[in-house]
Amino acid sequence: MTAINSTNTNWHTLCQKDDLVKHSGVCALLDNEQQVAIFLIDNDKAFTISNWDPAGNANVLYRGLIGDEEGEIFVASPLYKERFVLSDGRCLDDESLSVTSYATRIEQGQVQVLV
Amino acid sequence: MSSGTQSKQNVVVVGNGMVGHHFVEQLSQNSNYNITVLCAESRLAYDRVHLSEYFSGKTADDLALTTPENYQQLGVNFHLDAKVITIDKSQKVVTTEQGESYSYDKLVLATGSYPFVPPIPGKEREHCLVYRTIDDLDAIQSSANTGKTGVVVGGGLLGLEAANALKELGLDTHVVEFAPQLMGVQLDQAGGQQLRKMIEELGVTVHTEKATNVIVDGESSVHKMEFADGSHLETDLILFSAGIRPYDNLAREFDLTIGDRGGIVVNNQCQTSDEDIYAIGECALWNNFIFGLVAPGYSMAKAAASHITGGEESFTGADMSTKLKLMGVEVGSIGDAHARTPGALSYTYQNERDNVYKKMVVSQDGKTLLGAVLVGDTSEYDSLLQYALNGIELPENPDALILPSNGGEKPTLGVDSLPDTATICSCLNVTKGDIVAAVEAGATDVGAIKSVTKASTGCGGCSALLKNVAENEFAKRGLEVKKDICSHFVYSRTELFHIIKAEKIKNFDTLIAKHGKGMGCEICKPAVGSILASVYNDYILQDDHLHLQDTNDTYLGNMQKDGTYSVVPRMPGGEVTPEKLIVIGEVAKEYNLYTKVTGGQRIDLFGARVDQLPAIWKRLIDAGMETGHAYGKSLRTVKSCVGSTWCRYGVQDSMSMAIFLEERYKGLRSPHKIKFAVSGCTRECAEAQSKDIGVIATENGWNLYVSGNGGMKPRHGDLFATDLDDATLIKYIDRYLMFYVRMADRLQRTSVWLESLEGGLEYMQKVVKEDHLGINEELERQMDAVVATYQCEWKTTVESPEKLKRFRQFVNSDKQDVNIQFVTEREQIRPATLTEKAAKGLLIETVDVTAVEPA
Repeated sequence: MTAINSTNTNWHTLCQKDDLVKHSGVCALLDNEQQVAIFLIDNDKAFTISNWDPAGNANVLYRGLIGDEEGEIFVASPLYKERFVLSDGRCLDDESLSVTSYATRIEQGQVQVLV
Repeated sequence: MSSGTQSKQNVVVVGNGMVGHHFVEQLSQNSNYNITVLCAESRLAYDRVHLSEYFSGKTADDLALTTPENYQQLGVNFHLDAKVITIDKSQKVVTTEQGESYSYDKLVLATGSYPFVPPIPGKEREHCLVYRTIDDLDAIQSSANTGKTGVVVGGGLLGLEAANALKELGLDTHVVEFAPQLMGVQLDQAGGQQLRKMIEELGVTVHTEKATNVIVDGESSVHKMEFADGSHLETDLILFSAGIRPYDNLAREFDLTIGDRGGIVVNNQCQTSDEDIYAIGECALWNNFIFGLVAPGYSMAKAAASHITGGEESFTGADMSTKLKLMGVEVGSIGDAHARTPGALSYTYQNERDNVYKKMVVSQDGKTLLGAVLVGDTSEYDSLLQYALNGIELPENPDALILPSNGGEKPTLGVDSLPDTATICSCLNVTKGDIVAAVEAGATDVGAIKSVTKASTGCGGCSALLKNVAENEFAKRGLEVKKDICSHFVYSRTELFHIIKAEKIKNFDTLIAKHGKGMGCEICKPAVGSILASVYNDYILQDDHLHLQDTNDTYLGNMQKDGTYSVVPRMPGGEVTPEKLIVIGEVAKEYNLYTKVTGGQRIDLFGARVDQLPAIWKRLIDAGMETGHAYGKSLRTVKSCVGSTWCRYGVQDSMSMAIFLEERYKGLRSPHKIKFAVSGCTRECAEAQSKDIGVIATENGWNLYVSGNGGMKPRHGDLFATDLDDATLIKYIDRYLMFYVRMADRLQRTSVWLESLEGGLEYMQKVVKEDHLGINEELERQMDAVVATYQCEWKTTVESPEKLKRFRQFVNSDKQDVNIQFVTEREQIRPATLTEKAAKGLLIETVDVTAVEPA
């Protein structure tokens, strides 16, 4: 829960909702040059995780397929298919892997991320 | 975290080969030890078993078993180029060549072995080498660059591996063996003969019963090897691979007990004569035996680590049975291959046409399997090994186990009779008991068993046996064996195909709402996307299909390891005009793309960033080219020779036929990728028999071969029909392909599909040629529809501003992905390795998991 409780975080607008594609991802750049992958689920929920695939060592996660397993929504990396849970960045296939996840909201058509 | 370093024991490991590294991995799981690795080589552990792949394109990085970063993460201290030269047993200190000292509580010797070079005068000449380390390989490579002929001295397992390497390097390769046969340890005489024949057919010359007297200057080559029988052989390069000798000099010099013929004597805990010093792997002598395989070394590493940490695992010997592929020739050896057990009886089967030799050695009473030799076909290896290792009683006519079934039922291994201790997967050491436990814990399909036990996730060689054991357990519990594609649909791919067709379902959302549950996943979505494309052939990136596609289809290119894509324009039959060739070259130059001719006679352009793709396509489209579908599970290429138009031997116009076929089936989506080839005569220059569809010209028309495969599991196609005219050929291919598209499992190649099809080739012939199912008209109609609705996906995408938005790297910036970095090699780009990127400070660390709720 560190990301939320930390005092220095703010909501940043990264793009418009229209830039997102349902059940698919786009990539955005944070101010600190970190890349994030933003996914739109069911037309109203957005999730953001780091775009770096720690198994494939490349910035590709936004290009993965979205799916669910027992209600948990994940993206499967396009490189070696490891699945990362969108809400918390856990890897479902390898406990030793994870990615950062960011709180995300859509406010008046703007996609905002807590960084 | 554990307590301070004071209380930790110091464990020093000498040697960082595969076994030494395995030991480190085992021990580093326990945080009570300070581990120090002293490595004489200049690099950390690498995979020596697959060393020859270094010559077929693998790099030292690919072969590495670990990295400095990984050792740092594990808290392991390591020193490269640190050869240990003294052991002080009383002070418990070792010293390296550089004079550095390391004190230990426990010392582990994992020094391995070195290649034995027979004492032949001239053996020290230049271009006389051994085959053991990556440095050796570099030396071989540079030596091979200056020569034409190479000789391997030694026809054992390693020698043949080395011969393969020389062949890969393009040398005219010879093997010289002292004994009358190849692989004398593992194979009997007839098996050795068979192996020799097959290896010679691959272009390697084998000389047996040759003792080399001396190596002198050659007349036309660098060396001349003079043999005891008066004959001689000229060569530019000599590789000695005549067995291994344990690296025991350190132990010898500092008074640890050594065996009569070398090797550091160890007990079942792998302790040497000094209880604080262990020896593992090829330097260790257990029960008067040195194990020259990696698996026993791993068991020793486990035993030693277990003993140091107070565990109970011990080393009690290892099975030396082996299954391997030498230059593509399958060889297997189990137990008493030479029938040396008193009273042993043998069964042999030899098929000279198909180059297969099999032998079983059974006990006098015919009830137990003592050993086996398999050359040319090792498909029964796993079952036979289980019989031998577990003493399972053989069926009444045991020879049926190695005889071809020829239509009759082959006795299957009664997996019920396997004890729970039987090892099913030897890579990951999974027993039958582990599998039974997984089923008892609720696994209801093989996939679930795999993910729980990890069985069959190593080399995969045990997958058939795993399936057999698993299904037996399911049956015992009355469980129905599930063929469900994934957890979102209780249907197989074939069933989903029929549902989509029968109910005229046109998108995924409708299908999952009516017949599935949840959102879908990376398994079912691309499979359904492919079925929809086969049936309706809509634009693949249409809004309701876009989220179903794997990245290759989404971006209409092939994703490479660094996240860039490669671009392949279609080049039907490999034919290309100079104008188009120039444009391809110009595009490659402008975008600085790595350029390579593919095995399918096309040109692949690598290293295109997502944001560059549309502009690259545009240039190619403007020059009259279109997508080659190299990214899709679809028709890739139709390879061809020039046929009767140019060739002196061609009997039909293979070029025109290849182009016709490629134009007809381009864009057809299928369960897996499909490749064709057309040869203009029986010389088969297009290698059509290794393709899904192979067409070979005859004097009277075309012979059609189906379900061949190159790739990981090569298979020659089956002759389906002979002397066809053009129209019949096309008709048969239409029907065969559509039948495959309907019936096959997801990602099932035509070769595997045919083998799993009940009734096999004969059944398929009945369906396609005789319309046994009465569906041919429909199959043809469906193919006509696909052909009529073809579109170039690159073109459709380039023309849609909305779709082009998907090719921005960032939605909020025009910057580029800085992690995509290239270096130049042989005047072209290649992706920078992690080490090269780290040197530039470009590696991105993963950060902690933070649970957040979407707002």
